[in-house]
Amino acid sequence: MDVISEFFSEYDGLQAFRTTIYLTLLSAVFALLIGTVVAVMRVSPVRVLQVIGTAYVNIVRNTPLTLVIVFCNLGLFLQLGVALANKDSNTFINDNNFRLAVLGLSVYHASFVAEAIRSGVNTVPLGQAEAARAIGLPFLKTLRYVVLPQAFRGAIAPLGNVLIALTKNSTVASVIGVTEASAVMKVMIENRPDVLFIVFGIFAIGFVILTLPVGVLFTSMSKRLAVKR
Amino acid sequence: MRQRIIAALGIAGLAATGLVACGDDSGSGSGSSGGEKVTIGIKYDQPGIGLKEGSKYTGMDVDVATYVAKELGYDEKNITFKEAPSAQRETLLANGQVKMIFASYSITDARKEKVSFAGPYLTAGQDLLVKSDSDISGPDGLNGKKLCSVTGSTSAQKVKDKFAKTVQLQEYDTYSKCVEALGAGAIDALTTDNTILAGYASQEANKGKFKVVGQTFSTERYGVGLKKGDTATCTKVNDALKKMVDSGEWQKAFDKNLGPSGLKLDAATNPPKTFDACA
Repeated sequence: MDVISEFFSEYDGLQAFRTTIYLTLLSAVFALLIGTVVAVMRVSPVRVLQVIGTAYVNIVRNTPLTLVIVFCNLGLFLQLGVALANKDSNTFINDNNFRLAVLGLSVYHASFVAEAIRSGVNTVPLGQAEAARAIGLPFLKTLRYVVLPQAFRGAIAPLGNVLIALTKNSTVASVIGVTEASAVMKVMIENRPDVLFIVFGIFAIGFVILTLPVGVLFTSMSKRLAVKR
Repeated sequence: MRQRIIAALGIAGLAATGLVACGDDSGSGSGSSGGEKVTIGIKYDQPGIGLKEGSKYTGMDVDVATYVAKELGYDEKNITFKEAPSAQRETLLANGQVKMIFASYSITDARKEKVSFAGPYLTAGQDLLVKSDSDISGPDGLNGKKLCSVTGSTSAQKVKDKFAKTVQLQEYDTYSKCVEALGAGAIDALTTDNTILAGYASQEANKGKFKVVGQTFSTERYGVGLKKGDTATCTKVNDALKKMVDSGEWQKAFDKNLGPSGLKLDAATNPPKTFDACA
């Protein structure tokens, strides 16, 4: 099949999938950081923080991802002038778009991460927190040493779901010109409509290869690391 | 309680009459319009070529499509336009969801594997759109500049490979985002077919802000996409196109849709004098 060899040589499909992986991993790290902070805010005893956390989750979770990503480029960059790369660099456009896409993906998925972690917090019996308070730990230490370690172990399965969704959602980054897998697929379809379904099949298989092991890994981890009660 | 039941019954009754009214409407609608129907694929988002504004369709592709459909014996009110995004054009034809496609559809060998083409009805070329005060005079002047096009189109990549090695490419999913970025000064030029560029340059909101450079560096022959092997329709479409050119209707359609932009097409191939053989 010449179209398969074209995928590797002419269109550099592997590089495209590498970009997809970078987008996914970087966004996953930032989403985990932001999401943890938001989850802590939602379970904190301070009313203002609760409201902010809840508002973040409800607003961001209900905004279409395409809008979030397009806003990062047309709104943040074009209108407000927020550039995330060196403007004089000769790879400015690519770097800037990539980082804006990571920003958008992180902010969006952080709301789902926060809800996954909060569901993990809910698996921790109330007695644990009460016992921690009883031995004199303040709120943050209770979280850090007692509640969150158990919460993360309880939240592994839903976090895996978020990671798989994030992998597939990274294709939206193509609307602002990040050359990840789906952008290369569009180019191949434009040039080779005669083998449309093979092109589509290659990229579908690529995404299955990326997401299936993640699903298997997270399922087995959630079983192995589950808190025995 | 009783009042509630009455209210509920009333609402149900209203809803039912609404449904009946709708049913009547569509019934008489399809009854009164006789004749065969045809669905034609066009672009919905290219000013001057194919544009949907509310329930109205305008543009060169639309006018040519309407003329050809009439010549093929379809009444104007029996024409249904359907959006044909670039990536779906071959599939729409293969499935029979549209009979013909007039959507700035360049004739290429790879596409001929999947569909048949009638035409060409217009010959465009790749060009650049820049700000009115820009000093870019052609694709060679783009080194170190920023160039925009849409994801999946090869036009920007062609410029990078052939003319300006150090140009930076910005890709969006739509041309209108490129125009937005060009207006904001984030990019220096937008590249695609000169017909599409002219359409954007002459849009009400963009008047006077941009200019088409006018140095084309490719040949794009717009054909009428047909189901693979449909030579009967192909011959009829070519006859209709020839009639449109000979009668002066082609020129009228061009003047109306693309004339105001000041677009100059290659006079040797426009209006089209010869058409490809139907195969």
